[in-house]
Amino acid sequence: MIKLQAINKIYQLGDNQVQVLKDVSLHIKKGEFVAITGPSGSGKSTIMHIIGALDTPTSGSYLLDGQAVSDLSDDELADIRKDKIGFVFQSFNLLSRSTVLRNVMLPLIYDEVPGGERIRMAEKALRSAGLPEDRWNHLSNQLSGGQMQRVAIARALVNNPSIILADEPTGNLDSKTGQIVLETFRRLNKEKGHTIILITHEIDVAKQADRIIYIKDGQIVDNL
Amino acid sequence: MMIRDLAQETFLAITANKTRTSLTMLGIVIGIGSVIAMISIGQGAQKSIESSIESIGSNLLMVMPGSTRSGGISAGRGNAKTLTLSDAEAISKLSKIKAVSPELSSRYQITAKNQNTNTQVVGVLPEYATVRSVSIDLGSFIKNKDSASRVAVLAPTTRDDLFGTSTNPVGQKISINKISFTVIGVTKSKGSSGFSNQDDSVFIPLKTAQLYLSGSKYLSTISVQVEDQESMSMVQENITELLLNQHKISDSTKADFQIVNQSDVAETASSVTGTFTSLLAAIAGISLLVGGIGIMNMMLTTVTERTREIGLRKSIGAKRRDISQQFLAEAIALTFLGGLLGVLFGWIASLIIAKFANTATSVSGFSILLAFGVSAGIGIIFGYYPAQRAARLNPIDALRYE
Repeated sequence: MIKLQAINKIYQLGDNQVQVLKDVSLHIKKGEFVAITGPSGSGKSTIMHIIGALDTPTSGSYLLDGQAVSDLSDDELADIRKDKIGFVFQSFNLLSRSTVLRNVMLPLIYDEVPGGERIRMAEKALRSAGLPEDRWNHLSNQLSGGQMQRVAIARALVNNPSIILADEPTGNLDSKTGQIVLETFRRLNKEKGHTIILITHEIDVAKQADRIIYIKDGQIVDNL
Repeated sequence: MMIRDLAQETFLAITANKTRTSLTMLGIVIGIGSVIAMISIGQGAQKSIESSIESIGSNLLMVMPGSTRSGGISAGRGNAKTLTLSDAEAISKLSKIKAVSPELSSRYQITAKNQNTNTQVVGVLPEYATVRSVSIDLGSFIKNKDSASRVAVLAPTTRDDLFGTSTNPVGQKISINKISFTVIGVTKSKGSSGFSNQDDSVFIPLKTAQLYLSGSKYLSTISVQVEDQESMSMVQENITELLLNQHKISDSTKADFQIVNQSDVAETASSVTGTFTSLLAAIAGISLLVGGIGIMNMMLTTVTERTREIGLRKSIGAKRRDISQQFLAEAIALTFLGGLLGVLFGWIASLIIAKFANTATSVSGFSILLAFGVSAGIGIIFGYYPAQRAARLNPIDALRYE
């Protein structure tokens, strides 16, 4: 489903060229639970940005569900993100003054889903993410960290994306709540067959995935 | 993004920080309010000038004597004794003329019992009432049968000066230049024409004025009422030609008379007030500009504050257009609401000005539409740059922004 072929990413910083990714090739199949890990500065975030259609590679090809993503325009990338990818961030990135439901429905306004359908989809996503129903009308800044991250997971799920990309999802949580969030991912993967890509620098977190891709200095050094 | 969502996003965004929103909006409120108030003063002045010019009469041409020259010294326009009753009769035979009113006016001392005043005494024919749209309040105006009799019609201010406010002086005696006259009527008030008080004069029959007061056959003015506005300049040319013939003058630059066209006067006056209005509006417009810059400042701050939110929105599929629309809608909502309150504020201000400064003001539909157009325009102009800045943010950098 995800096919990265000989991906290179070079950033131009003033006069210096920094090669962040060197000839990275990678396959992720539908329904996999994969962790991408490595020390900071290894290029794992850049891989996530490319997989998540937030960025395009300097060279190489990226096929997502058979569609070439490597050289799309900004707006076409936005469509890919809208239809195929759900993001979960380290710092949740919820709209603090809005209710849980509204936060979860946010991707649907860019998809122009009609009002009634939105609520139904959001409720389904919140149930999948395991957030208790009595929290649904709370403002998002009234929730605990673990609850906020589950709202973010529900928001990532609401569009039925092909992939859920989680960027250090446990980074802002204590280990106990972090574990609950990881179990949520595990459950979504097992029960609903969602493809989950976990980006983390914590090897203990990465170990919970079915496959670990280890990156160092812009190259895949281990693919277990 | 659907319109309903856009509206909801905009509402949430502008109610998020109410103090900042209202302070920013205040700039637009003051700007639009002062534009409305200033235009209302200008248009009020214009209306009152127009109506006072109209109160002199409609479609009027005034034929007046030119200046007398003796050995190169001019005694000033209007002093020459050149116009006579036969000129007036000749003019009345021209086409497109409704009425002709020959007049002879001069200032005299007037006494009644123990009061006295110095005012303008106008010798007139009955036509004067039609031409100058004079209507009568008490008694009657000068009639043909009054020809050379010593009767007088008073304008209201003169009546007030001589007999006291709101009295009925009909039948009483007054003396003009020590000659006794009987009051036969009082005219209705016309108000001041801006240059002279039309309510301060005494009307007597033309012949009486020529016989008893001036002792000559000359006129001071011939007022000509033309049938319609369109033929005014044509009639003006005809009269010029006729009088040049009558006075046997071949060189039109040496004409011993001049013709004042009422519509020229009205045009000049309205162009003056038009300039005045634009000037006031331009000054008020500067405060509107400052208000617009305030909007831009707030929008730029908002974009910076919400950088992460913009990054998030982009990551979940918002296109550039979605983001720019959202911020543009916010700016327009601010200026539009500000414009609405500004119109209200300006309207109230113009009413207060009218009440306390005793100046006519007039808020027109045009100025309200203008204010709305300008405020929405300001929203677009000053919201565009911040909105573009938001839309161009790179989602990766925006998500990392602290």
